[in-house]
Amino acid sequence: MDFDFSDEQKTIRDEARKLLSARCDRHRVRKLLEDKAPYDKELWATVAENGWLGTAIAEDFGGLGLGHVSLCVIAEELGRALAPLPVSSSLYLAAEALVLSGDTTMQQELLPALASGQLIGTLALSEAMLPQHALSRLKTRVVGGQLSGIKLPVPHGQIADFAVVVAHNENGGVGLYHVDLRGPGVETQPLQTIDAAQPQARIVFRDAPARLLSADGERIVPKLLDRASVLIAFEQIGGATAALESACEYAKIRKAFGRQIGSFQAIKHKLADMYTKIEIARSNAFYAAWALEADAPELALAAAAARLAATEAFEFAAKETIQVHGGIGATWEADPHLFYRRARALGSLLDSTPVWRDRLVEELERQFAA
Amino acid sequence: MDFNDTPEEAAFRAEARTWLSSVAAPRDTRTSFAIGQETGEFEAEFPAQRVWQQKKYDAGFGAIYFPQDVGGRGGTSLQNMTFMQEEARFDVPVTAHFMIVNRGCCSLLMKHGTPEQKALIPATLRSDLIWCQLFSEPAAGSDLAGLRTRAEKDGDDWVVNGQKIWTSNAQMADWGVLIARTDSNVPKHKGLTFFIVDMKSAGIERRPIKQLTGASNFNEVFFNDLRIPDAHRVGAVGEGWRVAVAFLSGERTNIAIKELMPLIGGIVNLARQTEINGRPAIEDGEVRARIASFYIREAGVRFTVQRMLTALSRGETPGPEITIGKYTLANLVQEMTAFALDLQHAAGAVMSPAFAPFDAVFQSEWFGSVIDRLGGGTDEVLKNVVGERILGLPEDIRVDKTMPFNQVGK
Repeated sequence: MDFDFSDEQKTIRDEARKLLSARCDRHRVRKLLEDKAPYDKELWATVAENGWLGTAIAEDFGGLGLGHVSLCVIAEELGRALAPLPVSSSLYLAAEALVLSGDTTMQQELLPALASGQLIGTLALSEAMLPQHALSRLKTRVVGGQLSGIKLPVPHGQIADFAVVVAHNENGGVGLYHVDLRGPGVETQPLQTIDAAQPQARIVFRDAPARLLSADGERIVPKLLDRASVLIAFEQIGGATAALESACEYAKIRKAFGRQIGSFQAIKHKLADMYTKIEIARSNAFYAAWALEADAPELALAAAAARLAATEAFEFAAKETIQVHGGIGATWEADPHLFYRRARALGSLLDSTPVWRDRLVEELERQFAA
Repeated sequence: MDFNDTPEEAAFRAEARTWLSSVAAPRDTRTSFAIGQETGEFEAEFPAQRVWQQKKYDAGFGAIYFPQDVGGRGGTSLQNMTFMQEEARFDVPVTAHFMIVNRGCCSLLMKHGTPEQKALIPATLRSDLIWCQLFSEPAAGSDLAGLRTRAEKDGDDWVVNGQKIWTSNAQMADWGVLIARTDSNVPKHKGLTFFIVDMKSAGIERRPIKQLTGASNFNEVFFNDLRIPDAHRVGAVGEGWRVAVAFLSGERTNIAIKELMPLIGGIVNLARQTEINGRPAIEDGEVRARIASFYIREAGVRFTVQRMLTALSRGETPGPEITIGKYTLANLVQEMTAFALDLQHAAGAVMSPAFAPFDAVFQSEWFGSVIDRLGGGTDEVLKNVVGERILGLPEDIRVDKTMPFNQVGK
């Protein structure tokens, strides 16, 4: 057993943190928010040059082949910096979907471009208020190689070059399809979102050309959601840790009743609770990172636990960081709302807490067979 | 990042499993999930627990991470964890409760003890000797450094007068670890000294305290001119606080490495057997939500322990994150057992083993869970530790911190 990042991974973490603190500080994040830019193009080019996007993509497909634990390390740093980048859509979702589909032709064509940042991909799965795991109830359909229906919300849909679309086929099965979002029959409408740096779009497909990647959606999509949720959990933990740091910093300088507010147990214990939830999430996420890279049978249980714990930790840290800041925490000028936005955006990105709880208990039921 | 056993780890696990199968029957995890908290029935349960600890010790599994020269196996903390995982699969007495104190005393003596004191370690690890912890006092619980039991030097002896309270197992202990005040003219943390006490000495009176379970395992312990030879002092005069803090942090780690997965399995099985709204409770959304939340915290602490063990095996200093383990698990057991009683509907309040599900184990663990939230540092004290030592937050105002102890309250 070796339950920690390797020295090499710790170096990746330190380098990533250094780069992001120089190139993606809070002023930069806020400027993107105020400009309503869907992502930071310059930063995207920089991280692509540094090879980050190819971290977990195999060397045969133009990546670095460093594995998913290394990508988890980068995800945590992106989360900590609140980086406005489409990494989750392009890599945790689109690239993973391509790999799971087993379509080597399309992998050859697309993975090198995702690794280099030349193309941005996404996953078009959600249909309004339907849970993402509810595949049987999808309404989008591919008939004769042409996709029709509405996907909403599609993460980074307005900037993505292509989408892996999950839709029914003519026989009612669930398939994964590649659709060129710049091609015919695609109408993309950007949406207002809770977090402008996690942009979403509504996409209407009308007989859009769709190439089948895999007809095995029922098996692939749950696994894809498990895998992506582990990476997102690291972003959530990074964000929660940054929120905790900002709350602690403020609790040390702000005075009330003649003392630093961090000396009051009401504040101190709140911050201790934040720390506790974050470490519970981190330890679950470590286990899930191992299961992700090893493709272990424990992945489903580990991913659900990591997802749930990280969502809870980030939401708690974000809202209580505002509370610790008092009135200033509720202003546009102060930073806490950036965490509040991101925590909720990531909490909604891949199925909600009740869905993941149900999945987790399904796994426990298997483990403790009657 | 690799969660699998290395070949050496796998060999140790196989060795442990082989030995366990040769001496014990497998545990039926559908019906057996006691986790061995302090239930108040210790005197009745202790003889079998001691026999099991002695058996483990004699086979090389009772003191795994202690060095061979003090009677241990000379193994690692990771091997100890592995053994605990394997042991949880067998139907054997739980030794965690009294061994937490025994192991803590041994670790302490290894670090601070004289050769004569260290000679007590092997018999303690084998549980031939039982220890108790003479720390808390009626006026000094969370504020332990405010203790008032006095030790005064008289020739080669110390003469001790005062009272301790909440002392588990004092009624059968052979030895105790004691912290007492040796100087009242200095601030409270500076005037303390640490001792070991032969509990057969004259001048010790023990009175059982009836606990909320109705049983008695706590004691009041009174010292009336108890004489302790200076040879039984541990560490320097006035250094007692430092020694006690080291002792308590070990206790917290030990509480954090309880195996709670069987209890979660027990709740899953219980929820299959009881009903809500005419359906098996396991199908109910709230039941599933609660079980998921239990698992996340249980796994979170379990994997936090693995992080600690990894740091130890790499020769690094473990991070501070294990501090969260003790209060997280103590609260978790209280919540889980209360929830298990809810699942039993009206029968949840029945204690008769013949009629309460699973021999009333959830009922008795529910009572027991109260103790773990208090012993070894309350939730509240530990959150102060997290806030101040880990997050670097300022201390609360402590009006007596720098004042000579004999001026406090004047």
